[in-house]
Amino acid sequence: MNWIGALVQGILLGGHYALIACGLAFMYSVMRIINLAHGTLVVVASFAFWVLAANWGINPFLAAIGVVPAMALLGWGFQRGVLDPSSRFGLLVPILATFGFAILVNNLLFLQFGASPHSLAPYIGTLSYSSWTIGPDLYVGKLAVLIFVVAVALFGGLSLFLAKTQLGRAIRATSEDPATVGLVGISARKINAIAAAIALGTVGIAGMFLVMRDGVTPYSGMAVLLFAFEAAEIGGADSLWRTLLGGMILGVAQSFGALLSPQGFLIAGHSVFLLIVIGRVVLSKPSLGQIKARLAQWV
Amino acid sequence: MGMMPGSVTQTEALRIERWTRTAVIAIGAIVVALVVLAFGPMFLGADAIGSLTRLFIYVILAVMWNALAGYGGMVSIGQQGFFGLGAYFVIRLAGFGLNPYVAILVGAVGVGLLSVPISAIILKLTEGRFAIATWVVAELAVLLVMFDPIINGETGTSLSQLMAYSPSVHRALTYWSALGFMVALLAVMFALLRSPIGASIQAIRDDTDAAEAVGVKVLNTKRILYVLAAFGGAVAGALWVASTITFQPNSFFSVQWSAFMIFMALVGGIGTFEGAIVGAIIFFLVENFLGSTGVWYLIFLGATALAFALFLPRGIWGTVERRFGINLLPVGYRVRLEALRASLSRRP
Repeated sequence: MNWIGALVQGILLGGHYALIACGLAFMYSVMRIINLAHGTLVVVASFAFWVLAANWGINPFLAAIGVVPAMALLGWGFQRGVLDPSSRFGLLVPILATFGFAILVNNLLFLQFGASPHSLAPYIGTLSYSSWTIGPDLYVGKLAVLIFVVAVALFGGLSLFLAKTQLGRAIRATSEDPATVGLVGISARKINAIAAAIALGTVGIAGMFLVMRDGVTPYSGMAVLLFAFEAAEIGGADSLWRTLLGGMILGVAQSFGALLSPQGFLIAGHSVFLLIVIGRVVLSKPSLGQIKARLAQWV
Repeated sequence: MGMMPGSVTQTEALRIERWTRTAVIAIGAIVVALVVLAFGPMFLGADAIGSLTRLFIYVILAVMWNALAGYGGMVSIGQQGFFGLGAYFVIRLAGFGLNPYVAILVGAVGVGLLSVPISAIILKLTEGRFAIATWVVAELAVLLVMFDPIINGETGTSLSQLMAYSPSVHRALTYWSALGFMVALLAVMFALLRSPIGASIQAIRDDTDAAEAVGVKVLNTKRILYVLAAFGGAVAGALWVASTITFQPNSFFSVQWSAFMIFMALVGGIGTFEGAIVGAIIFFLVENFLGSTGVWYLIFLGATALAFALFLPRGIWGTVERRFGINLLPVGYRVRLEALRASLSRRP
């Protein structure tokens, strides 16, 4: 594969990561909680699609009509049962609660499905392998393009929803200041539950494409969490569109890394994440303008 | 002051307590127990020695993780990175011809030094973002370690230099190393948390901005704890490979170690010095009883950690301490008000 090919594949892969990161970043932006069970919940959705397809032959795109709302409902319950009770004890306890939840659910999945990989590829016809030829040595997979388009549509839809609707404004207000929204008659607790439901709805979609594209094992959730977090953090973790950009940077870095060595895929991904964090540390040093402003105070 | 004729000065009224009678008795008992344990290889069987070595390593892991999270407010799910690096450094240094037991200390110092530049990046993140970032570092570490040909990639290798010792000598030396490192690390951590640095560390955990406002150097103070915890984690990993001899990168760098550390600290009581030790003993017992059940054991650990986070976040020791006011290893300051009450009642 040449560099241009790697760039195109990397960008498309970025759509996949952004889709996976969407729920994590959205939940963080509203509740300031990094949900360590995020990857596990993506995998739970994946297995739901797999069970429906393998046992009852239900087409995944049709199954999404049921699975996505079910995941949203699960999100509501997860917020009420795990996030809300644990955040009463401070900022650190939700990290532990969601991590404990992830370990518990990963191993329950293992009990049910065993260690072998499960994939939806056999149930979606030619979509899993067919591709378009763009130029010499340059192919793009139809599924990869579909995932990218869905990611852009989802981010666009979510941004419009946050910007234009009453509920979207309430969610943004809650993320700015949960104590003050109470004064204008918004229940932060209710908004948080709605936000968790939306986040897990996107997790449902991410889970569908994950099990189509890569397949899953009960322990895939850990790697999914890392990639989702890296995409969100590279993007800046506070804006939806920047999460899409973060996913693309991660995808391109991984796909360039893979050209260099077999382990390069992961190493480049982790390294670009750390480099971005280092970059922010360096840039957060006081700028010349700030130094001048401080001096001006002394004069 | 001065406005009220009967007002009392602070030194008369309040007694700041740093030790209690129970604590002195507890430390005496611990010293006696440690002396008995030091002679363990003389009277204990091979299985008991192996088990106790494992327990000592768990205590190190629990105390280090608890100090990081419970005192420093830094929840790490990447301590397996330092654990794995500690083990790797022993193998690397032994490969250069250094005695494996000496290599435990030298390697752990190396890991501690390595954690200094890492801390410069990672301490800029807090809470959940810090937690996952530590994990990314651990993942990167295992990928890089596997580039060393001595490790044989995912297959791993063994610390064959230890085969030079007879099994009983190897067991006893590893046991004494684990006991010695455990005592030394706990003593250093106890002294650190009782020192002014310890007070600064807890101030940062409770309110970073307020701590900075009263002059605490936030980043430097957190770094001291982070580097010490990295050193402790590396010692634990080095002792683990000295005990098991085989080194498989993916199992040493597994996030499962963080799950174990979280279980120990959470069940015992995050933010209490005794709690981590209690948690390590509970984990040790759970592992002995359930470890052979495979996946059910992990389900139990996950469910228990979740239940404690939701219903008993102070953990067992934290609850006991709060209820009965027992403090066996006091790192804090306790203000006694009896003197104040007495002086107030003396007032005309």
